[in-house]
Amino acid sequence: MSWNNYNEERWAKWDEPAIKAALEAGGAEYISTDAGSSTEQQLTDIENLISQGADALIVLAQDAEAVLPGVQSALEQGIPVIAYDRLIEDPGALYITFDNVEVGRLQAEAVYAQVPKGNYVFIKGNAADANSDFLRGGQEEVLADAIASGDIVNVGESYTDNWDPAVAQTNMEQFLTENNNDVQAVVASNDGMAGGVVAALEAQGLAGQVAVSGQDGDLAALNRVALGTQTVSVWKDARELGTAAGEAAVALAQGTALADIAGVVQFDSPGGNSMTSILLTPIAITPDNLDVVVDAGWISQEELCQGVKPGTVAACG
Amino acid sequence: MAETKVSAAEPLPEAQAPERDEHEARSIRSALRSAEIDARLAGMLAALAIIWVVFQTITPGHTFMTPRNLWNLSVQTSVVAIMATGMVLIIVTRNIDLSVGAVMAAVGMVMAVVQHDWLPEWLGFDHPLTWVVAVIVGLVLGAAIGAFQGAIVAYVGVPAFIVTLGGYLVWRGVAWWIASGQTIAPMDTLFRRLGGGAEGTIGGTWSWIVGIAACVGIVLLQVMRRRRRARYGFRLRPMWAEIVLGVVACGAVLLAIWYLNRYYLPPGLVEQRGAAPGTNISLGLAIPVLIALGVMIVMTFIANRRRFGRYVYGIGGNPEAAELAGIKTKRTIVKTFTLMGLLVGLAAAVQIARLNAAVSSLGVGMELNVIAAAVIGGTSFTGGIGTVSGAVLGALVMQSLVSGMVLMGIEAPLQDIVVGIVLVLAVTLDTIIRRRSAK
Repeated sequence: MSWNNYNEERWAKWDEPAIKAALEAGGAEYISTDAGSSTEQQLTDIENLISQGADALIVLAQDAEAVLPGVQSALEQGIPVIAYDRLIEDPGALYITFDNVEVGRLQAEAVYAQVPKGNYVFIKGNAADANSDFLRGGQEEVLADAIASGDIVNVGESYTDNWDPAVAQTNMEQFLTENNNDVQAVVASNDGMAGGVVAALEAQGLAGQVAVSGQDGDLAALNRVALGTQTVSVWKDARELGTAAGEAAVALAQGTALADIAGVVQFDSPGGNSMTSILLTPIAITPDNLDVVVDAGWISQEELCQGVKPGTVAACG
Repeated sequence: MAETKVSAAEPLPEAQAPERDEHEARSIRSALRSAEIDARLAGMLAALAIIWVVFQTITPGHTFMTPRNLWNLSVQTSVVAIMATGMVLIIVTRNIDLSVGAVMAAVGMVMAVVQHDWLPEWLGFDHPLTWVVAVIVGLVLGAAIGAFQGAIVAYVGVPAFIVTLGGYLVWRGVAWWIASGQTIAPMDTLFRRLGGGAEGTIGGTWSWIVGIAACVGIVLLQVMRRRRRARYGFRLRPMWAEIVLGVVACGAVLLAIWYLNRYYLPPGLVEQRGAAPGTNISLGLAIPVLIALGVMIVMTFIANRRRFGRYVYGIGGNPEAAELAGIKTKRTIVKTFTLMGLLVGLAAAVQIARLNAAVSSLGVGMELNVIAAAVIGGTSFTGGIGTVSGAVLGALVMQSLVSGMVLMGIEAPLQDIVVGIVLVLAVTLDTIIRRRSAK
């Protein structure tokens, strides 16, 4: 396993244990390196892993293009490569990630279920980030028909510099002003920005009456879902990603062909490659299934239910 | 003591305030000059008026100059305005602070942790003292960080650009590390009032009281200033100008209060407060706006009427001469950075209160907005020139552009392009005017 930068809480806490467990279940051994956010170091790391006798490589790439020389030399030596969570622009690698277009779909579906008719605002991510448009694309797929029929009106849409919650808040205030508060739903692309949106809604006494989406399963956002001020947070369970990568690594090392791995699809990358991919489905967390994140140990019940009135949400009793 | 030497030279005439270049005026400005109105400030007010009128005309539904949008605008401007007043003094002394956005994030995270995790264990949730402690911690921490960076700049002699570029990286990292990148929310109920929102305002009646008090203050200042100048035999404003100025300033304040008071509590919240549906309850001035205005007044006073302020402009005008004149330049520089840090702490409190959350990405890119506000407001990188009120106006101009463009549905990248062009244009105009008047 070649980490690009192990110094992020998520990797040690969620991903690595799942990868290790899946590998051990398959009778494999886990060795790892950390490139400390350096593309050059990651190339060296990959060489080292190969010379240590790795039979399969899982690579969390620092850079989709710069990592290619290392990946290609591994593939030439017959060592399979898994692109973990981040794309590597080589069709010989197996790409495992959560489906961002699906995240967008789930956000829009949850909001649409609550508000089938009305004025919608779209708070998108950073304009320079490809994910912003993947998410928006998924949202559009779900809502296109309702927009065409006039049930849903897009009354405001903006990118958000740096996914900054404060910018999202200011933009939301402007959309509310422009529409004289006549907004029934906000499709926000992540939880941080959803927080800014809810703060703007609260100032108008609208929090809880307007549907708001998000993603990431931020603890503060899950609390808002329990409180009813946010409709949905789409959650990607990092352990699922780790398990899938571990299992695929074992299968590939045993000589299974890329196309024969369970659950693969073809994914057209921004770089023009058709990647063999496993696209995991994220989970939409709504007030009805908050127990999922508690049972998974992602959030304590105390944190989830802070300020929640008893009897309003099943997960809080 | 070097300080007493200079104080012996007091009082310095206010007409020496650096931004008032006596050579500047031309034929059109002769009336302005005899009334001693700052031409640059008047020009900026005119530019602001033009921006507002243009947006009012071209926004769909003509929503820009509604009481509601102007109220929004006042709150949205506060955070940058608070910090811009400090940045003026930093830039005037020929330094720069690139770390303000990152320091804001670090201080904001600490304040959030204090009120969200630490104090509730001792005091329980929503204790009346929680917000006070959190704010004090933030102010002290901000000032300490500022003093530390300022000391490296002043006493070690590392350029401010480098020190605060380092700070930009360090404090952003610290902000992440404090909570491993987690969002901390919600904030204490009383603390949230610092950020405005429906509860964070003083209501219509108190807004009128503030407005009338401001009016009395304006007139008193005029009288005091006139007496003082008469006592030392300085040239006095013609009486007509004095009266016109007083009436215009007072009228503008009261008009602003009257107009903002026409923004009423949203219907959804009227019932929550137990009032009859349909009642018009004025929100009045928002607390963050009062904080920003208070900061502006105090900082103007410090810059124009305190010895420290004169030292700052003296150092900016000519560092060597200031040093030779016995000004403790190093200590003064440390003080400017400490003050900046203090203001960043205050701005961080307003920002996390407004957002009702602290995130490690708090204030990303904010340093550029703050510097741009100071520069649009007439602060010069060559040192010695810049006013606090100009910087606040600069912040208002920038936020007006952004808010108006969002209302028009213009996407973020294009907004950045427009703000960038306006920034360069403003400084270009300023430079041309200054060069002409120097001839």
